[in-house]
Amino acid sequence: MAEIRNYTINFGPQHPAAHGVLRLVLELDGEVVERADPHIGLLHRGTEKLAETRTWIQSVPYMDRLDYVSMMCNEHAYCMAIERLLGLEVPLRAQYIRVLYDEITRVLNHLLAVGTHALDIGAMTMVLYTFREREDLMDAYEAVSGARMHAAYYRPGGVYRDLPDRMPQYEVSKWKNAKTVAELNENRQGSLLDFLEDFTNRFPKYVDDYETLLTDNRIWKQRTVGIGVVSPEKALALGFTGVMLRGSGVEWDIRKKQPYEVYDRLDFDIPVGVEGDCYDRYLCRIEEMRQSNRIMKQCIDWLRKNPGPVISSNHKVAPPSRERMKGNMEELIHHFKLFTEGMHVPPGEVYAAIEHPKGEFGVYAVSDGANKPYRIKLRSPGFAHLSAMDEMSRGHMIADVVAIIGTMDIVFGDVDR
Amino acid sequence: MTEKIERLSQLLTDKFGQRLLQVITACGEITVVVSAEDYLSVARDLRDESSLRFEQLVDLSGLDYSTYSGDRPALRFAVSAHLVSVSNNFRLRLRAFAPDDGFPILPSLCDVWPGVNWFEREAFDLYGIMFEGHPDLRRILTDYGFVGYPFRKDFPVTGYVEMRYDQELGRVIYQPVTIEPRENTPRIVRDDNYGNVGHG
Repeated sequence: MAEIRNYTINFGPQHPAAHGVLRLVLELDGEVVERADPHIGLLHRGTEKLAETRTWIQSVPYMDRLDYVSMMCNEHAYCMAIERLLGLEVPLRAQYIRVLYDEITRVLNHLLAVGTHALDIGAMTMVLYTFREREDLMDAYEAVSGARMHAAYYRPGGVYRDLPDRMPQYEVSKWKNAKTVAELNENRQGSLLDFLEDFTNRFPKYVDDYETLLTDNRIWKQRTVGIGVVSPEKALALGFTGVMLRGSGVEWDIRKKQPYEVYDRLDFDIPVGVEGDCYDRYLCRIEEMRQSNRIMKQCIDWLRKNPGPVISSNHKVAPPSRERMKGNMEELIHHFKLFTEGMHVPPGEVYAAIEHPKGEFGVYAVSDGANKPYRIKLRSPGFAHLSAMDEMSRGHMIADVVAIIGTMDIVFGDVDR
Repeated sequence: MTEKIERLSQLLTDKFGQRLLQVITACGEITVVVSAEDYLSVARDLRDESSLRFEQLVDLSGLDYSTYSGDRPALRFAVSAHLVSVSNNFRLRLRAFAPDDGFPILPSLCDVWPGVNWFEREAFDLYGIMFEGHPDLRRILTDYGFVGYPFRKDFPVTGYVEMRYDQELGRVIYQPVTIEPRENTPRIVRDDNYGNVGHG
């Protein structure tokens, strides 16, 4: 009889399917996983400690770099924490812009999640299509903030500036001739809202295309149906949130249950899964993209009709406009104090949670009244999900580990902070 | 919203009474402070009590109050756990202070909510808070072989050691840090009427 040996193998930290710097120590019995021990922290940058040494507003760009595929949602939670501590009212238009960009971010995130998940388990084509749509949304990011990813667009008290009236255009260059440029600029002739409206009209068709590629695909189903099944009770006990929780059939979405900003005025549905396996979570993500598209349409509609301020007029928190600052002593002082010393946030503590594309992203901020936070704790959804890696992959084949990592939608900036 | 907070606060005081050292309602949130002895039993009751049913622990965070200006608590280390009741749609913050500043130790909540495992490992790693009864209390975010608890207030942002590749030895070595901590904007706490010059 042949001798049977158990193996312990190292998966990552450099592995294309590890979604970044995950090191997994897998104890195997043949091809079956007996224990999975994720080693994280290879991307730990100490954001929370750094935030303690910077003024409140200086940490906004750090938030982009946490979960670097859903940048604006992270900023949102951070700004909301500060606003709640200050008891600050955000202008309605800014709330709509935030919701619009949160949903753009959700689509961006789900496109990457579904695309790379498919890529990991063998469907090469998906990622090529999803990245095509990501490109348009990244342009929308760039149009408002000047940056395609790390926007720093949300500020305590509102957003940095109003949506632009003109969409940036491609120019003829060595690589793009006049014909290509004309094609690319076709839907960029109007404002940013026109561009996004055009996108929302095109997008449902694209989602149909993704579904044609995956939903009934035999290989995709073989790889995801019945893999990584989590019961609703287990999902709650393990601290799952977002799609990971809804995929198991628990109707819990902070946008509905504890609405923030203007989500209570918008019409959308929350998809939930039945089986709690990777396939159901995939279906939830697809449906969430369609719902986000609906929310985007409503926001665009509202934003067209209702001009107004986009940042608080409290100059202890938000800077005055450039023109007013140049012509008014009082405003100049505000500007100077705000950018040297920063704002002072009253003592207290607050936990602001938002429905981030990956789950519940929370910012626990403790202030002692200084111009810097006393303590910032970032509750990242990926951290809680990855901690259940052992639970979810035990008894599965080694190839399913990749499917499980994909379904968790892990991003290391977010897990390691 | 406020109605809900009041109802929860009433429920908590009715149920736990003396076991809660403090019930704070601020910014639309409730914080309950319990002693280290009651921490585990209160947590279990919060989960099992049918009127409360906090099925989920979403976050657990270590805290170091040693340089807190204003009302500084008597004890240095604490943990704050954020609980969610999905069935009743409540949120709650549960805080307990570790009794000994030199060797902070608290009971682990792993038996109540298994999802707390990594959060406690994180609090241990960054603050050095021990969790009694934790099945696997290893460091999680810092490097293998890291010394010290980096998020404590007396730990410098630059750390104590830096890593570089040594050409002669042909391997990576650790050496004392060569950079100085730098603070561009000092930390300032202003009194309430700062800026009110009083001459109108």
